[in-house]
Amino acid sequence: MIRACTVDELPPGESVRIPGAPAIAVFNTEDGELYAIDDTCTHQDASLADGWLEGCFVECPLHAALFDLRTGMPSCLPAKDPVRTYPVLVEDGVIYVQGTAQEDAA
Amino acid sequence: MKRVAVVGASLAGVRAAQELRAQGYDGGIVLIGEERHLPYDRPPLSKAFLAGTASPASLELLDAGDLASLALDFRLGVRATGLDPAARRVLLSDGGSVHADGVVIATGGRARTLPGFEGAHTLRTLDDAVALRSALVPGARVAIVGAGFIGAEVASTCRSLGLEVTVLEALPAPLAPLLGPELAAVCARLHTDHGTDLRCGVQVSGLSPAGVELASGELVPADVVVTGVGMTPSTDWLAGSGLEVGNGVHTDAGLVTSLPQVVAVGDVARYHVSGEGRRHEHWTNASEQAPVAVANLLAGHTSRTYVPSGYVWSDQYAGTLQLAGHPLPTDKLTFVDGDPSASSFVATYERDGSTVGVFALNNAKLFNRLRRPLRRPAVV
Repeated sequence: MIRACTVDELPPGESVRIPGAPAIAVFNTEDGELYAIDDTCTHQDASLADGWLEGCFVECPLHAALFDLRTGMPSCLPAKDPVRTYPVLVEDGVIYVQGTAQEDAA
Repeated sequence: MKRVAVVGASLAGVRAAQELRAQGYDGGIVLIGEERHLPYDRPPLSKAFLAGTASPASLELLDAGDLASLALDFRLGVRATGLDPAARRVLLSDGGSVHADGVVIATGGRARTLPGFEGAHTLRTLDDAVALRSALVPGARVAIVGAGFIGAEVASTCRSLGLEVTVLEALPAPLAPLLGPELAAVCARLHTDHGTDLRCGVQVSGLSPAGVELASGELVPADVVVTGVGMTPSTDWLAGSGLEVGNGVHTDAGLVTSLPQVVAVGDVARYHVSGEGRRHEHWTNASEQAPVAVANLLAGHTSRTYVPSGYVWSDQYAGTLQLAGHPLPTDKLTFVDGDPSASSFVATYERDGSTVGVFALNNAKLFNRLRRPLRRPAVV
């Protein structure tokens, strides 16, 4: 389990990057759903935590590849490969990510 | 509609084919490409691919799964030589032709060449990049004519390979007409900070065996010469088709030509808004135009109009440059984060009291926040 941040530190529409190998991006959607995916875009080196969150999708900040936070699948070019997704859970007001990726989530 | 011919197998053509399927079209799609390669992504050609850190396979726009699901009828290594709307045929350089009810023109363009520079490298295609890369041997002195995006990225890559680089630019500063003087100075600084010999305001006169000759008579010694002086839209093949051409294929605001069954996308498309022709030569534009053009093609009339995001990126040296909107050099520039001497900053362009553009150096997060309002024009 990796500690991301407190619930208060991640309001809806925001994201946070957990450094590490691999770095993980955690998102709180406008609907209050929490998701975690690989932070690095599969297209080129860019941090998806810096990307734009829209619904259940995040747009890569550099080249606008769109990833589904629920599955990690890219929905448009230039990305072709999925990012991995990670289970997220909240305990006592703290957001945790399970560090083992759901490889077959897609 | 039973068969659509997509003429041009680069990003705009591929995106059009994807959109045809995404929008429910299940007829035949013939994808015609002059290059013999399967569709590939061009931006890395001046960056990672030229540096040798990206493989040809990594450039492919479509993987095996995409190819299977799109079910495209490829005609690669074949150029379209004519369009006969009456017969509904696209004529091909191999003597054949394709009968199609709908046509997507996505022929892009060719790298412009300069008189006196025959034999110099240009960079637009994969083959161009392979040829240039093989010339970038240790110790080679490189001269680049033009400090636009391609010139700057090639210069940056050559410096990363440890080569001596001179960039020759006719303008007083790189990209000045696009970015304005203050940010053009930042681009100039990126060059000089990384050891590139940037010479602005110089006129070149031609290639010599020893390098590049300047109009002043001076010689810039070079072993490898690259010209990066823009592109020319590929419309020659449309002569006699009845379509209006001239600096691109002319379309309405929905990317539809004077024939409702023919649309245009990407670098070659010159669409008209309020009588004014606009054409963009960028990756994002090629990608974003496809949904609109395809919707109109399938509808048989212009039901949607195109609104560009005007998003451009460039990787030069240690900088990721991002620009959104369509600023003018006369717009008021305001630094909202950092300042022009910093290694990271964000600036906005303002005109008549509203923000019309955003530029960032190494600050993607703030850039994307600020450019959002630009992407959705106010409803009038």
